[in-house]
Amino acid sequence: MAEIRKNALYARRRMRDSMATSLAYAATLFGLGWLVLILAVLLFHGFGGLSLSVFTENTPPPGSDGGLLNAIVGSIVMTVLAIVIGTPIGILAGTYLAEYGRHDKLASVVRFINDILLSAPSIVIGLFIYEVMVAPMGHFSGYAGAVALAVIVIPVVVRTTEDMLRLVPDTLREAAASIGLPRSHMIVRIAYRAARAGIVTGILLAIARISGETAPLLFTALNNQFWSVNMNAPMPSLPVVIFQFALSPYEEWQSLAWTGALLITVTVLALSIIARSLTARKS
Amino acid sequence: MSEVALNGTTATTSAALSRASALNRLRLSDVVFRELTRVAIFAVLALLSGVILALIIGSVPALSAFGLSFVTTEVWNPVTEKFGALAPIYGTLVTSAIAMVIAVPVGLMVAFFLTQLCPLWLRRPIAIAIELLAGIPSIIYGIWGLFVFAPFLQKHIQPFLIDTFDGVPGLQDVFAGPPYGIGVLTAGFILAIMVLPFITAISRDVFDAVPPVLKEAAYGLGCTRWEVFKHVVLPFTRVGVIGGVMLGLGRALGETMAVTFVIGNAHTVSASILAPGTTISASIANEFTEAVGDLYTSSLIALGLILFVITFIVLAIARYMLLRLQQQGR
Repeated sequence: MAEIRKNALYARRRMRDSMATSLAYAATLFGLGWLVLILAVLLFHGFGGLSLSVFTENTPPPGSDGGLLNAIVGSIVMTVLAIVIGTPIGILAGTYLAEYGRHDKLASVVRFINDILLSAPSIVIGLFIYEVMVAPMGHFSGYAGAVALAVIVIPVVVRTTEDMLRLVPDTLREAAASIGLPRSHMIVRIAYRAARAGIVTGILLAIARISGETAPLLFTALNNQFWSVNMNAPMPSLPVVIFQFALSPYEEWQSLAWTGALLITVTVLALSIIARSLTARKS
Repeated sequence: MSEVALNGTTATTSAALSRASALNRLRLSDVVFRELTRVAIFAVLALLSGVILALIIGSVPALSAFGLSFVTTEVWNPVTEKFGALAPIYGTLVTSAIAMVIAVPVGLMVAFFLTQLCPLWLRRPIAIAIELLAGIPSIIYGIWGLFVFAPFLQKHIQPFLIDTFDGVPGLQDVFAGPPYGIGVLTAGFILAIMVLPFITAISRDVFDAVPPVLKEAAYGLGCTRWEVFKHVVLPFTRVGVIGGVMLGLGRALGETMAVTFVIGNAHTVSASILAPGTTISASIANEFTEAVGDLYTSSLIALGLILFVITFIVLAIARYMLLRLQQQGR
């Protein structure tokens, strides 16, 4: 009798285990399924509209054909400026956290604040830049858009720089110090060099992050139907154009939105894969 | 700088004076570099305080005009300039709740799969694929949700939900109304897909940190894989898992573009999750550039302030939890 009950108990435990494991398989398929589904739909809709004119013509007025040239250029210009502003600040701050302030109070406060900034809603960053740049200047501008993106770049770079510098063995630092190298020279010549791949990874991830950001650009750079590289005027960007075109009732616009979406996704995925392979090779 | 250093060490025969000045220059550049990094630190500090200050200053007109009733009224009327934040706050909380209800169990199960079941060679590709999901920009989820997912829900899932729960007290109201396709449920579902990678990534990391001895001891007692996961791994990593979930929640609360596409932008509090609604971030994204008048703009900034406060609290808890885990590990 006891034997039978024990077997029943064992069978129940076995069944619960196989149920849980099959649920885990199902959950993984579910998660991967979305990636496949999203990419498939993007390729399907995006490739249809992909042609040379996408890269040679500006965004069209409703109801006619055109391309995304001005939006692509606007995105690139603002992204580059954001990286130029954001990375030096980010790398320097990350250097302080990893090299000078490993154990001090200030560093731990900054680390916490940086983590908050890292996950802060990007639309709030847009509001902030609107308040401090757009409203005082009286108009939307490419500069404001680039600064908003830079605010998003900084915490990403701070975080990866600190993490990567921490992976540099302390023996290297001690060796540098023992031959009389000042600390700053040790950091620039030894630590940065050892952590270079990781820091570049951080910058690439930051580019990937901001090249798809829409919310902070909506009311900083706004948009522009025409060719414009004037940073002091409203500037078009790929994500904002996608937003506007996708929600429009015009078929040509919607098709361009899909093509733009495909371009952004391919760029972002390529950047993150390159970034990953950079650090993977080292470890 | 390198020339300076070389001169300083090789020019032993030259005057001690030049050596001293070279050393001085070295010392100076050392101090300058150190101070530069300190300035960068304060820039990060200034950034966060700047965000908070700008939001507070910007929302003063709205908050002084409406007072506390701003967060308790549902009216949102740009014509009469009466604004209340109840509908966006409600929408933000409900969409995030739906997202977490779906994403937490799925995320944990994926992490369970990756750490306990998956063959080693498959682990990395799957983990990378799931993390690529996190890298896809939110606007892509938005356009996909609007053109592909919402019509699918409208045709297949929502009529089924409405029919199934018709007549069931309580649930009848939650799944009421015509199947619009877009709406609170759709937004919540897309948010779930977006936060899934965050929850999976952190859970996987903390599950991996469980000492093998603990698991082996449990297996030695004859536990099944599920029992080991449920009674050993999960309790051991509770704090970290909660931290990861909170981090995902922070993302879901602040997510803008994906939600803006599919929520329907209706300033109403509706019991039905099939009805269109709005969230804080969607309202700001949709209306900010068209907002005429200081009070309208200020009300939207006040919405932003509320969103920032909510996400700040959630993220702070998440960080605290993960920090506690780190200290525990030491």
